[in-house]
Amino acid sequence: MTGEAASIPALEMRGITKRYPGVVANDHIDLDVRRGEIHALLGENGAGKTTLMNILYGLARPNEGQILLDGQTVEIAGPSDAIGRGISMVHQHFMLVPVLSVAENVVLGAETMANGVFLDTREANKRIAEFAARFGFALDPEAKVGTLSVGQQQRVEILKALYRDARILVLDEPTAVLTPQETEEIFALLRKLADDGRSIIFISHKLYEVLAVADRITVIRRGRVIGERKPGETSEAELAELMVGRAVELTVDRGESHAGAPMLQVEGLRVGDDRHEAVPNATFEIRAGEILGIAGVAGNGQDELIEALIGLRKPSAGKVRLGDLDVTGFSPRAMNEAGVGYVPGDRHRFGLILAFPVFDNLILTSYYRAPFARGSLRQDSAVLESADAQIEKFDIRVPSSTVATSTLSGGNQQKVIVAREFDRPLKLLVLDQPTRGLDVGSIEFIHRQIIAKRDAGTAVLLVSAELDEVMEISDRIAVMYRGRIVAEMDGRTADKSQVGLLMATGGDARPEEARA
Amino acid sequence: MSTPGRPASSRHLLGVWIRSLLWTFAESVVAILLAVVLGGIGIFLFSGLLPNHSAFDLGLPIAAYGALWSGALGYPNGVGSTLSYATPLILAGLGVGLGFKAGLFNIGGRGQFLMGAIGAMAVVTLFGQSLPGLATIVLALAVAAIFGGFAGFIPGVLKATSGAHEVVTTIMLNYVFVFATYWAISGPLRLPHSPQPITVDVGTRASALGTINILGWNLLGRDAHWGVLLAVLGIPLLWFLLYRTTLGFEIRAAGANSDAARYAGMKTRQLVVLTMSMAGALCGLAGGTTLLGVVHQIAPGYDTTIGFDAITVALLGRSNPIGIALAGLLLGGMRAGAQSMQISPGVPGELVDALQAVILLFLVINLLRRWRAMRHVDAPTVAPAEPYGLGAVPAEVSE
Repeated sequence: MTGEAASIPALEMRGITKRYPGVVANDHIDLDVRRGEIHALLGENGAGKTTLMNILYGLARPNEGQILLDGQTVEIAGPSDAIGRGISMVHQHFMLVPVLSVAENVVLGAETMANGVFLDTREANKRIAEFAARFGFALDPEAKVGTLSVGQQQRVEILKALYRDARILVLDEPTAVLTPQETEEIFALLRKLADDGRSIIFISHKLYEVLAVADRITVIRRGRVIGERKPGETSEAELAELMVGRAVELTVDRGESHAGAPMLQVEGLRVGDDRHEAVPNATFEIRAGEILGIAGVAGNGQDELIEALIGLRKPSAGKVRLGDLDVTGFSPRAMNEAGVGYVPGDRHRFGLILAFPVFDNLILTSYYRAPFARGSLRQDSAVLESADAQIEKFDIRVPSSTVATSTLSGGNQQKVIVAREFDRPLKLLVLDQPTRGLDVGSIEFIHRQIIAKRDAGTAVLLVSAELDEVMEISDRIAVMYRGRIVAEMDGRTADKSQVGLLMATGGDARPEEARA
Repeated sequence: MSTPGRPASSRHLLGVWIRSLLWTFAESVVAILLAVVLGGIGIFLFSGLLPNHSAFDLGLPIAAYGALWSGALGYPNGVGSTLSYATPLILAGLGVGLGFKAGLFNIGGRGQFLMGAIGAMAVVTLFGQSLPGLATIVLALAVAAIFGGFAGFIPGVLKATSGAHEVVTTIMLNYVFVFATYWAISGPLRLPHSPQPITVDVGTRASALGTINILGWNLLGRDAHWGVLLAVLGIPLLWFLLYRTTLGFEIRAAGANSDAARYAGMKTRQLVVLTMSMAGALCGLAGGTTLLGVVHQIAPGYDTTIGFDAITVALLGRSNPIGIALAGLLLGGMRAGAQSMQISPGVPGELVDALQAVILLFLVINLLRRWRAMRHVDAPTVAPAEPYGLGAVPAEVSE
């Protein structure tokens, strides 16, 4: 790639400015992406990465600035226009129809018809096979998307882009839902696509990933380009500082665990119905002042285990003890009152009522108790006072507790949940992916809060599909595979690739199951 | 509410309150104005079709709206008539609006209204001669609420236990209750020795009871009746329930995100049953007051359009008790004024139905825009926070 043509970037965004009332989401952003390059866009949530990509994809109009494709100024009218110009986006949340086949999903919206009437998937099958051979991945075009693993579904999304002749491929946080092995596979695929002459914009806030996969890194903070780096010339620490604007501790020192008496004891717990026994037989314990991390690929029974522990599902067999109290089959409220805090994995769906003001979300589990209620009457002055105190204590960045929770950034929304669940004495804290999709600053904050809770004598159960998180703060790690705990190990000495392997295969460690 | 010494947030609430008030009703006001303009254009275009009017009569829309206005408000009988029409609209509108708050689409207003009327009628038939008048009224209205509540309880239970959608079940049950009304007036509530299936006239009983005609409120002309008191009481009571009690918080939470409510330990199934029952009771009260105050008798073919009118009222009032009161008064006034509009400039009273339909149309279009705004990334900034039940607070941008 030398000569005149190569010096013209495939994509150039010049002086892009996007203002929303009261906020400048993009402030004169310059970005250029070359042919065959993987260009990482690094920034915290709310930094303006998504806005910039929405402008590129035609979902938003910039107030100022130009977009140039192969040196030509273009106006992008909307997503279909963007796709027509060879720009494709792979969203964090897949846009796939689970009941349709791979081929049907790929052609959706760009169907070719046989005889003008019937959907012609033969052409699609052929091209999918071609792509698969060229880029070295296996996908059965006839398979129903709903039966595929998350990593495979992502490949379907990428196939969709390739099928539409994408020259510029935008991937928004593509690794958020993948196992380490799947992540490596997707990186290899991206490299092959780049070598094929395509340009890839890789949006992420994970520093090591960006260093591993990108050719160039542009860091954005508060709507501005803060710097551009090459992976060989920078470090995680420098990138984090650029991103956050201050030095950040990337791994919170988990310190010593002073584990006490067993706090949570789970014995022979069985969860599930006749059709699907999600957790056949779980036995484990967590001691007071200890963090047990559960590593596992999503969908291996973690959700059901958690739901049983917080009272949303009645276990079909087994016992759950909390301290001296048998809490088997308790309702969510009874669990909450027994001293169980819970941070759900999907904060928008399960953790918050986005339309409600922040102060209402802060009392979502305690609204009926003093001081927030007297009898059945709400006590708003107590609610507001407590909200202001928690906003201060948990550093929730919000103009006032009365704004809709939907207007907060992801990190601040999660802090609302953390404030609600952490700000009282707890026996057990159940955390489901507590830092999913958050920026490094918020992750650091939440990890500190978790460790503070542990040091105050709470037993902590941390479930995360992000192995790094489990490795970083757990005192002990259990690996869950197909509803069973297949291995347990010390959190400080565990080997990442070994845990990854156990997550993916369950290992041969069957005897360990009985130990626990 | 802004007094010194209160925490900063409390003082801040007043501003939020006012801003949200404006935002909440802006869309409704726009919808009403657009409907009035479109209606005026319609009258202008079709004025030639009316007897005694020239084609394209620019004065006619103004005359028609003038008559509508004075018919609704111009003289005591007009105000009384407006209140009489507004009473069931407000009560049933509160019922539908309460359902909306809980995330339930109650289309069973028609059946619940009829059940309320039957309940009140049953009390008058059974006890009209043995109980004092006021006691009969109170008991009749209580039974109207219970009957209507039961009509809402059924779809509530169906939804809570089997997940059957309330839109489907309430529509189907409407037919059940229409025919239950038929059965009641031809069976247990039939006027003895009557040649046709018809109930006793509450008015006839009233003369025997003496005080039941207290529902004819002469101060405001022949049409107004004391039932309006229930609507007037219902507005602050429902507001209080929704925004000052823990039960109201649960209802609103379950309506805004039932998964999150369940995860937070609220019993969402019980809330569905309770809310549908309360919504049904309000619609039943609409039926009871209408029977006692306006129609006095259930004759064959007795039916109501309240189910759909109440949906318009609840949407126009943004499911907010104060908004519902205003919307009920507006639509009630339009109904009251329709007659005098028909008499004096001779514009057909059906114009009012058209106006109501156009209002609903614009409301739904606006709802669509909001729905799109929530999904569409570029759409700025109206987040539906509602600290005190007054709808959307204009919000700071997230990203």
